[in-house]
Amino acid sequence: MNFTSTIGLEVHFELKTKSKIFSPSPVTYGAKPNTETNVIDWGYPGTLPMVNKEVYRLGLMVALATHSHVNPVTHFDRKNYFYPDNPKAYQITQFFKPLAENGYVEVEVHGKKKKIHIHEMHIEEDAGKNTHGTNGFSYVDYNRQGVPLLEVVSEPEMTDPDEAVAYLEKLREIVQFTGASDVKMEEGSMRIDTNISIRPAGQKELGTKVEMKNLNSFEHVRMSLAYEQKRQQEILLSGGRVRLSTRRFDTNTGKTVLERVKEGDADYRYFPEPDLPPYHIKQEWVDEIAANLPKTADERRKIYVDEYGLKPYDANVLLQNKESSDFFDATVAAGADPQQAANWMNTQVNGYLNEKHAELKDIALTPENLAAMIKLISDGTISSKIAKKVFAETVANGTDPKKYVEENGMAQLSDESVLAPMVKEVVDANPQSVEDYKNGKDRAIGFLVGQIMKQTRGKANPKVINKLLLADLASR
Amino acid sequence: MEKVTNDTIKHVAALAQLEFSEEELAKFTPQMGKILEMAEELQAVDTTGVEETVQVVDRDTVFREDVPEKWQTREEMMKNVPDKSNGFVKVPVIIDKDDNQ
Repeated sequence: MNFTSTIGLEVHFELKTKSKIFSPSPVTYGAKPNTETNVIDWGYPGTLPMVNKEVYRLGLMVALATHSHVNPVTHFDRKNYFYPDNPKAYQITQFFKPLAENGYVEVEVHGKKKKIHIHEMHIEEDAGKNTHGTNGFSYVDYNRQGVPLLEVVSEPEMTDPDEAVAYLEKLREIVQFTGASDVKMEEGSMRIDTNISIRPAGQKELGTKVEMKNLNSFEHVRMSLAYEQKRQQEILLSGGRVRLSTRRFDTNTGKTVLERVKEGDADYRYFPEPDLPPYHIKQEWVDEIAANLPKTADERRKIYVDEYGLKPYDANVLLQNKESSDFFDATVAAGADPQQAANWMNTQVNGYLNEKHAELKDIALTPENLAAMIKLISDGTISSKIAKKVFAETVANGTDPKKYVEENGMAQLSDESVLAPMVKEVVDANPQSVEDYKNGKDRAIGFLVGQIMKQTRGKANPKVINKLLLADLASR
Repeated sequence: MEKVTNDTIKHVAALAQLEFSEEELAKFTPQMGKILEMAEELQAVDTTGVEETVQVVDRDTVFREDVPEKWQTREEMMKNVPDKSNGFVKVPVIIDKDDNQ
């Protein structure tokens, strides 16, 4: 018996603002508990929320980048539930009139293109962080309370785990390249909930859905959905019934574990938020945001491959994150050869970042300095061997490469009028090598180059020496 | 409409973690009944074509700029917290959460 899977995804993105959605508390990651909060975040009586304009701007960027219809009028609603990480006993969200609806993301899976539609996306506040102790108590940190979130809800149109992961990868890329969120799953700025149901192939009516919450990697999404497909199939084949439930993915066993059975959808008693007015989004503002959207990863990929002649692999490495792509673009804009810039970015720069467990914004290297160093190599001022020393200095201390090369006498000797007499002198002093070369022993050239390098303390430009040597030997 | 009885009030009170004495119940039961009767009267009004009222204030689209400010210190925020530990608010464990946010 064949089965059809139906998968829907809800993804929360933490929006990249300096302050929270309804209060001016700073948004930080990793601060000491309860140090980045105020009376609005804690829901003190008499306090009133006020919407951060940047939250709307970033949300609108994502809406436009996913071809979504922006609702001209939106308003906020209260979602009521009691839990210690939720100090007001309600979360301010958008339920009745969300930010945007009816978007789509185009993915390619198994060689086929498919549009996966977005049902709606809305902005809301995050809750605090609740850590359960082993002593019957929980410990609450409200720093995260009020951090702005954009929740993107897909239509249940995915039919297998590969499609789900392709959608997530594409959505992550789109959101990241708008600059709306830094989509770091390890820091919780992208969180995924999945819904999956299966039914016998050909049956119209959907099966009973099972929800899995807070999956924190694409691989876990893939594994948990694959496991659920198999588990639900076995239940149906044995004549059983899948229960409406929430399950948790156990990373140690690769299995999903029952958390709770639902009697039906929870009643959150949604009603319009009386402390906030409706929000009318002017078309002029939407048009202005649309006109200033950063280039998408797809647009950049096309430029890198078609215009710069990069290999698709190199282009994709640069496009792993927006910071890397922006840095590369700035390096090329500063005059570096794109192929050379890509080589340095993808090898030396990435190697350094991995070694230091750092990001581009944390290090002293600038696109201008990287471009200057690449120019020193291409115009023959320094050898690639010396370039590694220059890079080490520049990346660690932000030193100007040109200045560093000059001050440390690292420039290659490329002047033919200076090198030609040296070449003649070395060739004259080594008649045996000349004889060997004429007898077809190419190794003799290497010996002669070595002698000249010794004389110039390694500063002679090997390309120029080779050229002069061959000319000299040919004339004898 | 179903008649409001003492049992109705007891049930709602339990949901709200409240306890009432018999005298209080005798007072609240008719009061709640009157409130619901009033709501029922309102429901008789024909609201066809009338847009729902979300806000009574005649303003919309009020934004603030994205400028972070520090208002209260942790010490100030913690003044009303009954139980705390290492800067955290300490609460009894509640595991059964459908954190559907």
